[in-house]
Amino acid sequence: MKVVLKNLTKKFPSRDKKSKAEVTAVDNFDFEIPSGMLIGLLGPSGCGKSTTLNMISGLEAPTSGRIFFGDEDVTDVAPENRGIGLVFQNYALYPHLTVHDNIIFPLQNLRGKDKLSKEEMDKRALEVAKLVQIEDYMERKPSELSGGQQQRVAIARALIKTPLVLLLDEPLSNLDARLRLQTREEIKRIQQKTGVTTIFVTHDQEEAMSISDLIVVMKDGKLQQIGKPQSVYDEPANFFVAKFLGTPAINTFEGEVKDGFLYIGKDKVLKADRLSDRKVFVGIRPEGFVIDEKGPFKCELKAVEVMGRDTSVVSTHEGMLSSSIRSIIASEDRPDANLKEISFSLKPSKVHLFDKETEERLLF
Amino acid sequence: MKKLKLKQLKGWLYLLPALLFLGFFMVYPLADVLVYSAEEGYNFASQSFFGYGLYNFKYVLRDPFFLQALKNTFIIVIITVPISTGLALLISLKLHSIKPLKEAFQTIYFLPYVTNTLAVGLVFMILFKKTAYSDGLINLLIKAFGGSAVDFIDGPYWAKLFVMCFYTIWVVMPFKILILTSALAGVNEDYYKAARIDGTRKFRIFYKITLPMISPMIFYLIITGFIGAFKAYSDEVAIFGTNLNAAGMNTIVGYVYDMLYGNSGGYPSYASAASLILFAIVFTITVINLLISKGNARA
Ligand SMILES: Nc1ncnc2c1ncn2[C@@H]1O[C@H](COP(=O)(O)OP(=O)(O)OP(=O)(O)O)[C@@H](O)[C@H]1O
Ligand SMILES: [Mg+2]
Repeated sequence: MKVVLKNLTKKFPSRDKKSKAEVTAVDNFDFEIPSGMLIGLLGPSGCGKSTTLNMISGLEAPTSGRIFFGDEDVTDVAPENRGIGLVFQNYALYPHLTVHDNIIFPLQNLRGKDKLSKEEMDKRALEVAKLVQIEDYMERKPSELSGGQQQRVAIARALIKTPLVLLLDEPLSNLDARLRLQTREEIKRIQQKTGVTTIFVTHDQEEAMSISDLIVVMKDGKLQQIGKPQSVYDEPANFFVAKFLGTPAINTFEGEVKDGFLYIGKDKVLKADRLSDRKVFVGIRPEGFVIDEKGPFKCELKAVEVMGRDTSVVSTHEGMLSSSIRSIIASEDRPDANLKEISFSLKPSKVHLFDKETEERLLF
Repeated sequence: MKKLKLKQLKGWLYLLPALLFLGFFMVYPLADVLVYSAEEGYNFASQSFFGYGLYNFKYVLRDPFFLQALKNTFIIVIITVPISTGLALLISLKLHSIKPLKEAFQTIYFLPYVTNTLAVGLVFMILFKKTAYSDGLINLLIKAFGGSAVDFIDGPYWAKLFVMCFYTIWVVMPFKILILTSALAGVNEDYYKAARIDGTRKFRIFYKITLPMISPMIFYLIITGFIGAFKAYSDEVAIFGTNLNAAGMNTIVGYVYDMLYGNSGGYPSYASAASLILFAIVFTITVINLLISKGNARA
């Protein structure tokens, strides 16, 4: 099922007695989620991800704007009639019910002609339990399961009514690092098997990048960019998106375009003849550095960290905005750690320029 | 090995003050009560007795005043514990669901708890007592609706019992409401959100989610409620005065007190026997309660 958000806005009344200003949690959202895709809704804490999800689920009414599932306007439809499944950050499994009873809870609410027999419920419960691979734990209480297993029970409960849209609010944040990796693959697998349109909230960019078909980046309630993970990474729409995506993070500098060239500090690093003279922000991905004795970008070497396959070179430069520059290079090119200076040439595709005022990306 | 012993010793040393205190104020009196209750024909003046036996228990169990007190206590327990807990649950649910003026309402409901029992007793006097000048507020109401006045303080047994239960419920409710509202506030909002997404009906949400979530607190209130009601005494005094036997409104604790210090006082053996009977009753009921709550938790 395709999900369309049209000018979706949510304002909360101010809690602060002194200032009357409303909090705009979601600001004029306008985008379309194609049917059957796994969407990562990504942004820093407090940017309005949960609010967006709650509006799609119907738990929260939008201040203005419309929500469509397919061609149907569901803005005023009650949550239970929208055909959604929701998985909460803390799973919200009923602790006094067994896994089986938790999973069939939504089915037991059905009334009238939708009412199911006990056998039918058990059959369906077993089907979803098999899908998420928890069929061996049906008689346990949630407290007798590991975090990852609880997570899967929560997904099973969300899936049992075969929803049109599956919504997950930070489903992995309560898991340890290893389980997170496993469970996100699991979510991807379940999504692909069921083909249900899935919206997945996270503030972990790596998580979003690794499993999403599309990622939606937001900040302060505003949509920043929507696109395939790789293209958002390669062509960030603005300085914020560039800084938000990627581990290690992009290196940021202040620079200047003069006479068709980009300068960082005194170093004339790249040709930029499509831009007129101006001051800019520069972002260089860690993998955009190539060690080159004659390279134009001269840094002070601070440390060389070997991380197996790759080597991480830490250096400083007068134009940088962060406290150090981190570049990733292949281990065979590892520089001598005793050097004072190191020179790089830069891969143009890994260098991004941003307007100093609007922070929008500039093509050079 | 040696270190462990030393550590244990240290632990006991730290516990010593508390143990001494408990021993002196809890264990010793308890043992004393046991001894007293078995001493037959104890004479307070000469501090002598005939021998050991169960005579004191026999006496107490045949004493019409004790039987009356037993009956009163049981009626108070059976009526007030379920009603006060049920009402408190209802009020807490309503309090939990309202948004504006929530704090104000919570304060109002909690006020009786911090009000002195005797002051509340006075208010009840005004409400219920017949004097030369007035029949009491409730009687005015009854008459306004065409009924005839009832003397709630010195009148028929059922009227007195009614006032007594009314009063007890009134006094114990605030604490229960406080506990239950905080228990309700402690239920994670996400459970209700999940239930809404699934289209769960209100009653089912209450029965399947809210109630199980707060059931430990409800059991706590029922157990402490039983214990508290079995130990009722001061509330009776606040309404009917100190001569509870004459009013026919005595309770077991009241009977114990009378045996010790009342007009007919000076019978520590009977008092001890009566208090041990009370202990046996409270103990049995609490064990039953705990068994039920454990069974419930497992189901
Ligand atoms: N009920 C509410 N009343 C007032 N303000 C709210 C309410 N809910 C959220 N907000 C505000 O709206 C903004 C967005 O909140 P939201 O919960 O959607 O953030 P989020 O992106 O999910 O953050 P996180 O990653 O921390 O979960 C925040 O500034 C928050 O303070
Ligand atoms: Mg959130």
